[in-house]
Amino acid sequence: MSLSKKDVEYVAALARLHVTEVEKEALSAELSRILEYAGELKKLDLAGVEPTSHVGVTQTVVRKDEPRASLPLATVLANAPDAEEDQFKVPAILEG
Amino acid sequence: MALETVIGLEIHVELATKTKIFCNCANEFGAPPNTHVCPVCMGSPGVLPVLNEEALGLGIRAALALNCEVRRDSKFDRKNYFYPDNPKAYQISQYDEPIGEHGYVEIMVGEEKRRIGITRVHLEEDAGKLNHAAFEDASYVDFNRAGVPLIEIVSEPDIRSAEEARLFLEELKAIMQYCLISDCKMEEGSLRCDANISLRPVGQETLGTKTEIKNMNSFRNVQRGLEYERSRQAAMLGAGESISQQTLRWDEASATTVVMRSKEDAHDYRYFPDPDLPRIRLAEEYIEERGREIPELPSARRDRFERGYGLPAYDAGVLTAMRSLADYFDETAKHVTDPKTASNLIMGEILAYLNAAGKDIANLPMRPRQLADLIGLVEDGTISTKIAKDVLKGMMSSGKDANAIIAEQGLVQISDEGQLREIALRVIAANPKSVADYLAGKDKAIGALVGQVMKETKGKANPQLINKIIAELIRQA
Repeated sequence: MSLSKKDVEYVAALARLHVTEVEKEALSAELSRILEYAGELKKLDLAGVEPTSHVGVTQTVVRKDEPRASLPLATVLANAPDAEEDQFKVPAILEG
Repeated sequence: MALETVIGLEIHVELATKTKIFCNCANEFGAPPNTHVCPVCMGSPGVLPVLNEEALGLGIRAALALNCEVRRDSKFDRKNYFYPDNPKAYQISQYDEPIGEHGYVEIMVGEEKRRIGITRVHLEEDAGKLNHAAFEDASYVDFNRAGVPLIEIVSEPDIRSAEEARLFLEELKAIMQYCLISDCKMEEGSLRCDANISLRPVGQETLGTKTEIKNMNSFRNVQRGLEYERSRQAAMLGAGESISQQTLRWDEASATTVVMRSKEDAHDYRYFPDPDLPRIRLAEEYIEERGREIPELPSARRDRFERGYGLPAYDAGVLTAMRSLADYFDETAKHVTDPKTASNLIMGEILAYLNAAGKDIANLPMRPRQLADLIGLVEDGTISTKIAKDVLKGMMSSGKDANAIIAEQGLVQISDEGQLREIALRVIAANPKSVADYLAGKDKAIGALVGQVMKETKGKANPQLINKIIAELIRQA
C-alpha cells in the first residue's frame, strides 16, 4: 500500500502539522514503507480470532466516586499560552 | 405533494456523579473557572484515566430505563479532533461498542401511543466550556466541565413532528430524573439536544436529505426550531429546489436557523480503541442490580394515578412530570379519603407557592403527612376550605402542623349552633332589606346575610350550618 502526496497532506492537516514540499515527498515514501510492514499482518489467518482492543488488563477497572483536591489555579494556568480572568485565552472561536 | 416529517434526536445528558468520569475532580456546575481540573482532565502527558464506577452504573441504569440491551463487553474509543475546548485533542467516547443499544421510549401523542426507537446509549466525557469575549477577538476556556461524565442518547428517525420531538424529550427527561441519572437542567447544559430533520413524500421509504440543528437550549426552542426548519425545507422542495445537507444553528433572536461554520473542514475523527482504558466487562448480576435501581417510571405512575386514585389524565400528567412531586402526592394521597382534594391543592396553591419561591417540593418544610392532616381537618369540618388555604400558606413557609397554626390563630371553625344562632339573629335584625328580599323569593339574598356572619366570625363560621340556621330563623320569624 502506498501513500500519495495528497494523503500526506490530508493526514498532516488533521494533525495540524506544517510539512514542507520536500518533507511531503520523504514522508510519503516512509509512511508507505511503514504501512507495508504493518500490512504483513494481513497474511495471518485470523479466522476465529477475536480482535484485540486492549492488551494486558483483562479486568474492568473502576474507582470510587470520591472527590479529591484539584490543582491550584496558578498551577493550572502556568502552562496557558495566555490567560485572563482565570481562564485560558485563545484566538476567537465563533460558530455561525 | 403531501410531505412527511422525519426527525431523529441526539441528546447529551450529564450524569449526576460527585466526580468526573476519569479523574477525581469534582463534577459541579457553577464553580469558579478552572478550579476543578487536574493533570488527567487537562490531558497532561503520562497520566492515566480510571473509570468512575458511579458513572458506569448510571450509564447502564439509563440504558436499561430506555429499554436497551446492555453490552456485556464494551470499550472506550478516542475521537480525535482539535478544538480549544479539549486539551487532549481527543474525546474519550464509545464508537462501535456502545454500552446500550436497541431501546425505545413510549410517548402519548394525543390519544395515540407512539414508540420511539433508541438506537444507542453510550458513555463519554464532556468538553470544556468556551466563553466568547464581548469586545475582543478572543475566546476564554474554562475546563471545569472537561471530563464531566455524559451519556449520549441517539433516537431512531421515528419522530414525525416538532410536537412529538418535544413530547419525547419531556418523557426522556422525566425518565432520567426519576432514575436519579441527571438533574436534566437545560439552562445549565446538563441536558442538551441536537436534531436531524428531513422531509419525504408520504409513502416514500427512502429518507430525504437532512439538516442538523444545534443550539436549541429549551424544549420550547426545540419545537420552534424544528417547526421553522420543516417549513423552510417544505418551501424549498415545493419550489423544486433541493435541500443541502448542512449543520444549522437555531438563532433565538431572529427565530430562524442559520448555517454554522464547520468545526473542521473534514470530519474525520479517526476513532481507535483507547489504550489507556481496559475493556468494560460486566457480570450478569451487576447488570441485574442496575435494573433493580430503576423505580416505577413516569408512564407507569401516570397509569396508577389515573386508575388507583381516580385522577383525571391532566392531573396525573402534571403530578408525574417530576418525581419529587409525584412522591409527594403519593405520600399525601395515602392518608386522605379524597385524593382529588390533595391533587387540587398540590397543583394549585402548592405549585404556585413553589414557583414563586423558586423551590422544589422536596425542600418544602411542610411534609406530605402534614398536608394530609390539613385535608382531614377540612373533611371533618374543623375548618372551612377558605381557612384551610390560609393555614396552608403558614404551613408551607413554617413547616408547622395545621393544628398548631389553627390553635395559634384561633381558626377552628365555629360549628356550635347556639353561638351561630346568636350571631345570625343579630345579623338578621340589622339587615331587614336582605331578609325582605329573601322572603320575596330572591334566594340569593341569603348570601349577603351569610357573608355578614362570616365577617363577624372572621370566616370561621361553618358555612353549611350558618346557611341552614339563617334560613330557619327567617322562616320562623
